Amino acid sequence: MHRKALLKAVSIVAILACSALISSTGFAANKVLKIGFVGVTSGPAAAWGISNVRSMQTRAKWINETGGVKIGDTTYDVEIVTFDDQKDPKRAIAGMEKMAQEGIHYVVGPNVDDGAAAVRPVAERNGIIYFPYAFPKELYTKPASNAVLGMVASYQSGPAIYKYLKETKGVKSIAFVSANESDPLSQREGGIAAAKALGLDVVSSNVTFQVDTIDFTPVLTPVMRTKPDLLVLSGVSPANAPQLIRSARELGFQGLISTETAQDATVLKEGAGDLANGFISVGGASTPEISSDMMAEFVDRYTKMFGEYNDESNTKVYALEYILETLKVNPAAITDVEEFKKTMDTFEVANPYMKGDAKLKYVGTTSFGQKRQLMVPLVVNVYKDGKFETLFVAEVD
Amino acid sequence: MEQVIVNALYLGSQYAMIALGLTLIFALMNVLNFAHGQMYVLGGFVTYTIYGRLGFPFIVALLGTAVTLAIVGALIEYFLFRPVIRRSVREESTMLLAAGIAFLLDAVILLVFGEKQRGVPKILDGVFNWDFRIILPYDRILVCVLAIMSIAGFIAFMQFTKTGRALRAFAQDRVAAELMGVNVDRYSMIGFALGAMLAGLVGGLLVTITGVNLGMGGPVSIKAFMMVMIGGAGVISGAIAGGFILGALEAVGLAVLSQYGDITYLLIFASLMVFLSFRPQGLMGKPWG
Repeated sequence: MHRKALLKAVSIVAILACSALISSTGFAANKVLKIGFVGVTSGPAAAWGISNVRSMQTRAKWINETGGVKIGDTTYDVEIVTFDDQKDPKRAIAGMEKMAQEGIHYVVGPNVDDGAAAVRPVAERNGIIYFPYAFPKELYTKPASNAVLGMVASYQSGPAIYKYLKETKGVKSIAFVSANESDPLSQREGGIAAAKALGLDVVSSNVTFQVDTIDFTPVLTPVMRTKPDLLVLSGVSPANAPQLIRSARELGFQGLISTETAQDATVLKEGAGDLANGFISVGGASTPEISSDMMAEFVDRYTKMFGEYNDESNTKVYALEYILETLKVNPAAITDVEEFKKTMDTFEVANPYMKGDAKLKYVGTTSFGQKRQLMVPLVVNVYKDGKFETLFVAEVD
Repeated sequence: MEQVIVNALYLGSQYAMIALGLTLIFALMNVLNFAHGQMYVLGGFVTYTIYGRLGFPFIVALLGTAVTLAIVGALIEYFLFRPVIRRSVREESTMLLAAGIAFLLDAVILLVFGEKQRGVPKILDGVFNWDFRIILPYDRILVCVLAIMSIAGFIAFMQFTKTGRALRAFAQDRVAAELMGVNVDRYSMIGFALGAMLAGLVGGLLVTITGVNLGMGGPVSIKAFMMVMIGGAGVISGAIAGGFILGALEAVGLAVLSQYGDITYLLIFASLMVFLSFRPQGLMGKPWG
């Protein structure tokens, strides 16, 4: 009886071992290239990080399904390793240390200023290049060299938007409203400086609000009394934008409303309906006028994978693409970020997500004195009837 | 001035409703429900689904939300709080459990409803404008009236029904109520279900104004605790008073202090600390509990 049981157990173990070997052999057809993400995927700002992670996961799955990515003589499957920093700098440091322990050299995130600043020593000590979605200039100017800004900063998009509206819509006066948090407040300060430099009359710039405000009417009432031509919602999150737009319009505001952050058309439609028509925001490359077939396929794959597309991913689709394309150009960078940095200065390939001859290249010389920014197209959108339309496209140098 | 009063009334009615559920649960079970804000968020998402996605009338969505949250509350009490209260006399056990439930609900809401901000079509169009002295959209007026009616209905329920009287007796003296034949387990469950229902209802009402998103739970809980501390923990009238006081302070602060930046809540928190150092039991609470 015992012998029979022993034989049975040995057989089961043997079968399991064989199947494990077979399956591991199957997965091991390509080597694995791990790319990290450290950012916020829970709590009030979860939408920012989740759109990052989902963009990376969608693209990685797509690459793996089509045979992997060839870097030098080796073909890799891409694995996305994620860490939720809960918008807490201490957790962001722990996340970056985890990436270092896993031998990861390229990390997307963090999403906010203090997290991005906190991880800098860890990244520099462990040879990690990271791609924050945060705007402090000291992260990207010398002596810092491991951070690469993943999007267009508010101090780059704001002046372009105000200038456009001044020249085409006759905007003369401007008011700023922002949440009482570090990122929106710093974006507001940048916006005020840009508006003044353009000669616009800043009629209101002190009004702020708590992110958990349940009624924006009292917040906006004093701003509306200043009757600005343009109301800027500095650094506004997709959660607050519809409510602010709705309250401003309900208070009788007839002027223009804009922000320098990316928004989601569905969220605007649900939260503000037709009142959001004319709202100007920064987007990526998914408006029909400029998006390529590859962008359309990305949106389709993302939607199938997660049930619903997030328009914020129009800008967040780029980071992983840049990492992989740069590694393709210089395979030595796979383990040596100094090689990656050297390649950044001359790197230039076609932008697969946009029609025409748009390029992927590193920029930032004007703002940071070195190429430490992804050239994500500065697409300024206007919301109309549930969709974004391209207002104008510009480039950061 | 008129606008400030109206804003205070509107905010106060919402806040009072949020605080009512929290204080009811505390009064009955001596549980600080840190998951109260998440129940508010869940209520918002249920209303969003029934009214915004499935297209049922708003009132049906509110009823559906009330029933759903009552069931969720009852299940949480039965399967989680009851065993913990039975096995542990330490108060921090229920506090930790409540915090755990808050994280659980956050995770469930993220999985089921996603990370995006959600909103629903306006329930009423148009704006009431009295010579630019009072400007208030009609939907806010309706939400305010519905909230005040809900509070009145809740008070009437507690005052005039057998269940309400039993709950009040239970809250006043658990042992005495038990000796008088009140079924403690049953009324704990009913109380928790009612508390969750109130949180869900106000979430359902406010989804028409502010929308709802995953991250609203924590801040809502903090405000609810503030109101309860102002009014007095475990006192129904105190929760209502706390809600209206916080609403008034917020409305006045935003009107008067806006040019100095967002210092309204800084002053509210500072005032609350001073107030509690003189009257730690709140306005209507008793020093002995």
